[in-house]
Amino acid sequence: MASPSYKDSFVNGIWKENPVFVQVLGMCPALAITNSVENAIAMSCAVMFVLVTSNALVSILRKWVPKEVRIAVFILIIATFVTVTDYAVKAISVPIYKAMGPFIALIVVNCIILSRAEAFSSKNNVLKSILDGLGMGIGFSIALLCMGGVREILGSGSFLGHPLFGANYEPWVIFVLPSGGFFTLGAWLFIFAWWRERGARNKKPEGHQA
Amino acid sequence: MSSEPLSVDILTSPHVKRPMSTNAIMRNVAVALAPVALFSIFAFGLSALLLLSVATISCVLTEWAVCRLSGKPNTVGDYSAAVTGLLLGLTLPPSFPLWMVAVGGAISIGLGKALFGGLGYNTFNPALVGRAFLQAAFPVAVTTWTPPFVQGRFLACIPSTLAFPFLKPTPVAEYIAAANIDAFTGATPLNLEGVTRLADPLDLFMGMTSGSTGETCAVLILLCGGYLLVRNMLDWRIPAGVLGSVFALSGVLHLINADTYPGPLFMVFSGGLMLGAIFMATDMVTSPTTALGVWIFSILIGVITVVIRLKGSLPEGVMYAILLANAVTPLIETWTQPRVFGTTKKASSTS
Repeated sequence: MASPSYKDSFVNGIWKENPVFVQVLGMCPALAITNSVENAIAMSCAVMFVLVTSNALVSILRKWVPKEVRIAVFILIIATFVTVTDYAVKAISVPIYKAMGPFIALIVVNCIILSRAEAFSSKNNVLKSILDGLGMGIGFSIALLCMGGVREILGSGSFLGHPLFGANYEPWVIFVLPSGGFFTLGAWLFIFAWWRERGARNKKPEGHQA
Repeated sequence: MSSEPLSVDILTSPHVKRPMSTNAIMRNVAVALAPVALFSIFAFGLSALLLLSVATISCVLTEWAVCRLSGKPNTVGDYSAAVTGLLLGLTLPPSFPLWMVAVGGAISIGLGKALFGGLGYNTFNPALVGRAFLQAAFPVAVTTWTPPFVQGRFLACIPSTLAFPFLKPTPVAEYIAAANIDAFTGATPLNLEGVTRLADPLDLFMGMTSGSTGETCAVLILLCGGYLLVRNMLDWRIPAGVLGSVFALSGVLHLINADTYPGPLFMVFSGGLMLGAIFMATDMVTSPTTALGVWIFSILIGVITVVIRLKGSLPEGVMYAILLANAVTPLIETWTQPRVFGTTKKASSTS
């Protein structure tokens, strides 16, 4: 595969290869940490930091890592940055740290990060890898915000803690509960799949008929 | 004479069929549900009428919209969506706000049926999917009960019925106080905190208690089930298995400790068990087809219902019991397939 251009490395992750809605990776935080916008933002920042830094380091070391042990090395690098994030979040805000529960530590096994290390930064130069990490991170943040926004607006009637509809709003409790996460994710995946299918159909009208 | 090849139609059995379509079955279910619906309107007045209408209309509209969007032939005419809506309405409390009812109807058909591929493909009973969604989304409204036979119930709605969409329903405490009924306990008889003030089984049997719109009158539901049974549109094993296992299990528990556990008659006639056993568990799409499978299915429902009612924190377990049994129906079907005629058992199973 030819190396993608600088622009493509950055832009792909945001929309065309959106990690959550298109690649359907990283479902664990997308379902668990999106019951409010605040949590979604915190989670996005943590993932973006780990993604960019681990992508950069993997890319720097790509010439020296033997192929046979590359996964172990990638995990070691990712785990290092996750530990840094873990302590940093705890230092910045204890309530957010508590709300995130075990999911900061679980960034280690987040498929997005390992897949970017394996599929992109182990084959491309440092700058492209950082751009790819940023793009994927932004894509992930957009997805989490979409999830968190819907779930907080419907489930608590507020956005970032500010009530939107006044005191009389009847919250849909289900959207704060885990089952609401599945409903929201399903709905977003549905919308994205429908959108892409429509786009593909418009591109070649004489093509396959649904 | 003719040079055309001889054409022979080869059909598999059954060769003699009754012209019984989905349409006919669903129409009969609707007819059977009509007395239950009429009694609930009689007991709860205008609110129940609006509730049932909105539930039915929202289900039918969703069905129509889904058929249009997916480009499938319109299936509104087979009455299945209308029956789903009617059943959904009957399981909701009469004071339930109408906008929430509409949400439930859309979820029932959209999420419970259309996403699985339409009638015949749905794993779960659509009406109960909608009910479960509403229970999780609006836990307060779905457990707010008002007394039946209130004066002037045909002239005015229960205040919470007409709540503005997305806003909290008006509290019904004043309405209940104005109704001024001595026997009213403030909650469905199933709220087991008040074991000492449990309703009389005869009242439950005749439908003289508060409760969900169409779940109060056990005798009427039994009669309507009898009609479907006579028309051969109901598998008698399902109600028998559900009600029998609930009766037996709660009877045993009542004998062990009469203070903690209510009597079996109360358990059988209270809450949504009767409606669930006769109209929801018997849904042909979501129940097993073999006789043995049906027994396993129905006894499973009965046991889960008793366990949730007596050991869980929820006041009612019929809905979740049926949904769980729906989930294991494919597995039951695989287990209970009859041996194909002419084949022998496998060597491993005979030893």
